[in-house]
Amino acid sequence: MDQITVFFNGNYHLITIVILSVFLGIEVISRVPAVLHTPLMSGANAIHGVVIIGAIIVMGSAHEGDYVSLVLGFLAVILGTLNVVGGFVVTDRMLEMFNKKKKKK
Amino acid sequence: MEQFQELLSANPLLLLAYLFGSVTFIMGLKMLSHPDSARKGNLIAAAGMIVAIFATIFLYEYKGQEGQPVKLHNYAWIFGGLILGTIMGWMAAKKVQMTAMPEMVSLFNGMGGACAMLISLIEFRNDSLPPTGKIIIIVLGMIIGTVSFAGSIVAWGKLAGKIKDRTIPGGQIINFALFAGIIGLSVAVIGHFVPDMPFLFYGILILAALYGILFVMPIGGADMPVVISLLNSFTGVAAAFGGFLYNNPVMLTGGILVGSAGTILTILMCTAMNRSLKNVLIGSFGAQNAAGGGAGKEQGHYKEISLTDSAVLLAYAEKVIIIPGYGLAVAQAQHICHELEKVLEEKGVEVLYGIHPVAGRMPGHMNVLLAEADVPYDKLLEMEDANDQMGTTNVVLILGANDVVNPAAKDDPSSPIYGMPILEVEKADHVIVNKRSMKPGYAGIENDLFFKPKTSMLFGDAKKVLQEMVTELKQL
Repeated sequence: MDQITVFFNGNYHLITIVILSVFLGIEVISRVPAVLHTPLMSGANAIHGVVIIGAIIVMGSAHEGDYVSLVLGFLAVILGTLNVVGGFVVTDRMLEMFNKKKKKK
Repeated sequence: MEQFQELLSANPLLLLAYLFGSVTFIMGLKMLSHPDSARKGNLIAAAGMIVAIFATIFLYEYKGQEGQPVKLHNYAWIFGGLILGTIMGWMAAKKVQMTAMPEMVSLFNGMGGACAMLISLIEFRNDSLPPTGKIIIIVLGMIIGTVSFAGSIVAWGKLAGKIKDRTIPGGQIINFALFAGIIGLSVAVIGHFVPDMPFLFYGILILAALYGILFVMPIGGADMPVVISLLNSFTGVAAAFGGFLYNNPVMLTGGILVGSAGTILTILMCTAMNRSLKNVLIGSFGAQNAAGGGAGKEQGHYKEISLTDSAVLLAYAEKVIIIPGYGLAVAQAQHICHELEKVLEEKGVEVLYGIHPVAGRMPGHMNVLLAEADVPYDKLLEMEDANDQMGTTNVVLILGANDVVNPAAKDDPSSPIYGMPILEVEKADHVIVNKRSMKPGYAGIENDLFFKPKTSMLFGDAKKVLQEMVTELKQL
């Protein structure tokens, strides 16, 4: 229990960020036309690719001789990059089509 | 306070970059929810991501063995991974067919989940007896990441047609047992109750993977978008746990934003289908059908119509509403469909499209598809508008849509899709249904519409049928 209290005290600011972000996330997308559900989901999918930063930190702080960590970290960096790059590119392709028809209008 | 001080002592430029990243994510999501700004919003979020990534690579410092700040190293590995991932992700995203977009999103989502899982795995290997707070974060991050990874892969397989829907007998009990097992092992690991920690830790990994698979397996394909959206928010939460692990504000805001926005989006999608999330997750289409389908309702006869007859019917109509569905997407018939529309317009027929919000495999799927074929935006009617116009429509042409026009949603309370708003095609004079066969739609339920006197069936692959129809029409 003590450790949890210490953890809470030590991470008070992070916990605040979490709570505020929850409300922000709800607020930001509470009214979305159905047409945009898929692109929005895809865009959000790309944003959680931010997990790549964790992969970079793990990779960059691994000991040079620790091959298991290096290989797993390398894999994590690839997967995270796939999530980020693929996510943003797919979203852009979906939205490109919405723009095209706008110009024609 | 130790961890918070670590955050403060970081390079101010790095913190600024993270702040920039967080702000772009918020703005990006906000802009993505309006049609005018959506594309720009996506690019802004992407720019923020790039800044955050490179700031991390060059400015991040971790605490070395004597507590001194150490810069990241292993640059060759990092850049190797980044370049490889970029090439693969870019190619996959550029090459994928518009019809396969949903699968792709699910696959990328799974990659993010796997990334979170690997991070936890490595952190655990580095330090298998960390303080309680840290081990909780590692374990939770791994569980959520793994469930999201395994679930997304199953969802991807289902949408790509590689995995069939199947209900596992006693599935709910197995899932509950798995869930209890995960919690039990987690408590043991977190509380250091047993000496053999790594063994237990990998046990959690396996159980979580199984749970992810069994959680998605029985859910029907029609509900897959909802599931993907839910798994999407899971991965967001997994990323946020990474943020806690490294005191990293941008991972935290990005992850939590997606976690909460994704949850809301999931609920919005359910609302569009007039179903509750609980209903989607527990009373899956597949399971209900197994119970309710046994009643074997008396089905009448359906009437076929020839290509020539349908071409004539269409050519001499005043107003035609085309209702596209997944069948159109599968057949890649959006271009030829646009062509048909043009040919009919030349003959003085007014042609409109009725778009059901959940037609296809994802909300908005049909809009994207038809936009690709340059169908003018103002021809696409939303469901309510289309229903208002049905009464004055001569012919409704249904191309590979099924559940979204099933009258059972309106008048059969025992139907699994009861209550879902549908396109009321029966109000039109004639209904032509193009399908490949009499097989039920993705929800696996019979459609009474096909047996109504107004309805004629036109069997065949949508693309082929439409091509032939265009040729017929030109000769008329």
